[in-house]
Amino acid sequence: MTMKLPIYMDYHATTPADPRVVEAMLPYFTQQFGNAASRNHAFGWEAEEAVENARKQVADLIGASAKEVIFTSGATESNNLAIKGVAEMYREKGNHIITCVTEHKAVIDTCKKLEKQGARVTYLPVQKDGRINLDELRAAITDKTILITIMTANNEIGVLQPIAQIGAIAKEKGILFHTDAVQAVGKVPVNVNEMKVDLLSLSAHKMYGPKGVGALYVRRRNPRVLLSEQISGGGHERGMRSGTLNVPGIVGLGKAAELCRLEMVADTERLSKLRDRLNAGLHKNLDELYVNGSLEHRLPHSLNISFAYVEGESLLMGINDVAVSSGSACTSASLEPSYVLKALGAGDDLAHSSIRFGLGRWTTEEEVDYVIDKLTNVVRRLREMSPLYEMVKEGVDLSKMQWVTH
Amino acid sequence: MAYSNKVIDHYENPRNVGSLPKDSADVGTGLVGAPECGDVMKLQVLVNPETGIIDDAKFKTFGCGSAIASSSLATEWLKGKTVDQALAIKNTDIVAELSLPPVKIHCSVLAEDAIKAAIADYKTKQEKEKGVPATAGHAQPNA
Repeated sequence: MTMKLPIYMDYHATTPADPRVVEAMLPYFTQQFGNAASRNHAFGWEAEEAVENARKQVADLIGASAKEVIFTSGATESNNLAIKGVAEMYREKGNHIITCVTEHKAVIDTCKKLEKQGARVTYLPVQKDGRINLDELRAAITDKTILITIMTANNEIGVLQPIAQIGAIAKEKGILFHTDAVQAVGKVPVNVNEMKVDLLSLSAHKMYGPKGVGALYVRRRNPRVLLSEQISGGGHERGMRSGTLNVPGIVGLGKAAELCRLEMVADTERLSKLRDRLNAGLHKNLDELYVNGSLEHRLPHSLNISFAYVEGESLLMGINDVAVSSGSACTSASLEPSYVLKALGAGDDLAHSSIRFGLGRWTTEEEVDYVIDKLTNVVRRLREMSPLYEMVKEGVDLSKMQWVTH
Repeated sequence: MAYSNKVIDHYENPRNVGSLPKDSADVGTGLVGAPECGDVMKLQVLVNPETGIIDDAKFKTFGCGSAIASSSLATEWLKGKTVDQALAIKNTDIVAELSLPPVKIHCSVLAEDAIKAAIADYKTKQEKEKGVPATAGHAQPNA
């Protein structure tokens, strides 16, 4: 089989829908197009049945019961609903939220907005490996703390937080625990009961489903979590999220969840081997590479490497038939280097030099080998062109330089 | 980032990559930018002290495609110019030649700074040769 270019290795950003998912969705656009809220005819019943089936499929993937799954437009909405919904609903109880500096913007900016409205938010730092320190979490808890929100896996570095331990602490203190699990669900085992999670956000397009649909898990027992709705209307989804249900999208999410549940073990084994092959191949060919974040506590398909003395955007230009992401300022809309990598304390220069590799269901060994070769050549070429590499080879300590910044 | 063909050409076929003997009195070295900002340019000129004409120019750049292109273009332009003509090169000339988008204008500014720093270094060295003390205009290791 000949390899097709360009190669997609950015599965953290999004995934293609699995053809089996699309096939499951198709009838719900044209034949079974009913409104799931239409209670008095067969079109509505069919749609409702499909939605309830999908609810079960999603619940099964995360060890929940179907009634605890609320469909949304995606994980950004789920995060907003969870955090704002709790802050409003439990205002009488307290106004303090604990989160972490490496969270996705959908969590951080939601917290910032609540701060403007009077909430108090603690942004926990992370350790060099990308994980929070549990003692710092304990120390941050006050009698006003109503919510801890910590992501399951980071979108840039793939590092898994100690979710079960965080859940245990939250439970012990009687604080609600939300996790943005969008990168983890479908990739690694996630169980809301074992992890003592009260609220969990997930998205279909990160696990081979369609874009524009996601879910929020909302615990119904021990404790029964209440949320202030953020979108008002017809009272769909137990009143927590109004709006006509996106039936084809929800069917797709359900099918995607089912496939992930059935194929996770095989996928994980295959992808972690490929990821390790990529990491080993690059390290064999090149010196001064730094893996960002813990290798041990990491998603199986995920790798983030800084190629010292080479800038990320120029690296991407050199591998323009490979789709990956960089933490370099030049590749971000904000023109700031990745705040996640900066939080690891490795230095801004390594953030500028980072590449995120995300492998997925259709990544092949041939593609991995191609990327190793291509990157090796480009990094070597750019290092020949790099004044920093030259200085280091001459024995200059870059950290002792006085740079003329601009 | 949608780059112009000229930027891509300079990125793929950079002109005058390399280093000149930095301790030579006829060589001026400019090192500008900072690793934590994501771009560092080293630009060097070899000046004929008799004629004041830049005989050779070399660069090495850590930075994005347009930073590489800006410095590569700068070395092309420097060769054959007098020191004073070199100082007249403006970042806006580089922006125009490479059709740099607004977010990349700082790359051209850096290239202009690198030219000025290299010439200043050359002049300092020449004055030193003649026994006149002066200050350097580029990055140096801390004492």
